[in-house]
Amino acid sequence: MKLTLRIWRQKDAKSKGAFVTYTAEADEEMSFLEMLDVVNEGLIQRGEEPIAFDHDCREGICGTCGFVINGRAHGPRERTTVCQLHMRSFQDGDTLTLEPWRADAFPVLKDLVVDRGAFDRIIAAGGFIASAIGGAPDANAIPIRKENADLSMDAAACIGCGACVAACPNAAAMLFVSAKMGHLAMLPQGQPERMDRARAMVAQMDAEGFGTCTNHGECEAACPKAIRMEFIGRMNADYVKASLTGGRRAAGSEGGSG
Amino acid sequence: MDSAGGFARSSIGRKVIMASTGVILVVYVIGHMIGNLQVYGGPEGINAYGKFLHTFIHGQAIWVARIVLLTAVLLHIWSATSLTLTSRKARGIGYREQKWKESTYASRTMRWGGVIILLFVIYHILHFTTGTVHPDFVPGDVYHNFVAGFRVVPVSIVYIVAMIALGLHLRHGVWSMFQTLGVSHPRYIGAAHVLAWVIAIAVTVGNISFPLAVLAGVVK
Repeated sequence: MKLTLRIWRQKDAKSKGAFVTYTAEADEEMSFLEMLDVVNEGLIQRGEEPIAFDHDCREGICGTCGFVINGRAHGPRERTTVCQLHMRSFQDGDTLTLEPWRADAFPVLKDLVVDRGAFDRIIAAGGFIASAIGGAPDANAIPIRKENADLSMDAAACIGCGACVAACPNAAAMLFVSAKMGHLAMLPQGQPERMDRARAMVAQMDAEGFGTCTNHGECEAACPKAIRMEFIGRMNADYVKASLTGGRRAAGSEGGSG
Repeated sequence: MDSAGGFARSSIGRKVIMASTGVILVVYVIGHMIGNLQVYGGPEGINAYGKFLHTFIHGQAIWVARIVLLTAVLLHIWSATSLTLTSRKARGIGYREQKWKESTYASRTMRWGGVIILLFVIYHILHFTTGTVHPDFVPGDVYHNFVAGFRVVPVSIVYIVAMIALGLHLRHGVWSMFQTLGVSHPRYIGAAHVLAWVIAIAVTVGNISFPLAVLAGVVK
């Protein structure tokens, strides 16, 4: 199949980018990234700079890849990262526009590669459990309600690819932050720091310059792991509670009971 | 406890302010629509209702309501403006192409829809409360003002268009309130969407019926 590609080319973070048109030959069995690999081989043979795009596992589980294809983050297929998207999802003769994630908190480094360090800094602000717990504990050593374990796993499926930010009309990061708060908030191990975590992660999210949620739902539609907006609702509730209580109960003047 | 300023500067804090003032305003528009249904009972009922609103608790109640509503409106507008500016700033360079999957017409028109509603509310107060732009305003004769006001076709059209804008705003706003205030358990989220539709349709249809009833001669 023959394709026309309009790809955002940008030399480095400081340069101004522009769309460049390429033609590509592809088989239906190729993944989208394999198709780009072939285009890049051609560019290298001609002595041109290959198109830079992020990728690592190519199995849809690492969260490294991702760009916008024809106005959709990770392309047209639901619950699919761009590495798991295959050319059979497109028609011979299609024109495809490839753009990097667009958010000021995700500056473009080169072509389709953006800097997602903002996500790392949000995690570093509180998206973890501070106490060392040693090796993996025995299963069922701590009783956890089945529904909570399932919900926690749903949130933990977030691979941090950034598609939620890319698809959000407001460039908000609330689906990501709520997933990273939510998977810990569902489990007993996440409780001691739950309120401090809510305040710290939201503060970092705001400091990174992400937009603010208006409940469109584009994030959950774009999410390759189908993380639902209900986690944003849970995050909102936790943040309000944390702000009201400061995350701590006031100790009585007598102090704790010895 | 966090400083109130820190909460009100945060993204979620501003959303919570928008949602909680939204609750006040939604309850008000529902009450306003239901109260006005009394025009279908003739002049006595609605005029007595108007007098009651103006004299309840020695005329204090209406001022309490006005102060609460004005505060809610100002906070609603402040939070919406502030959040919009934050979001605009968050994407300096936009997409060449962007396709919508889950967002709705209602969700994408919240901001300009809100501006339309604000302009309408200013006009509405000058029209039926102060009578400034009313062609034949009689203080205290609610029924007369109502009928004379809506007999002017362009005025009725303005009201109808504004009520459609209000309906769209309610459709997205009511369910958003639940989500933003964190009352969005999956078990109830379907109900929140249904409630949003019911309130949006009831308020829009109820309010649009007034100018239509006058123009059709049902209320005269």
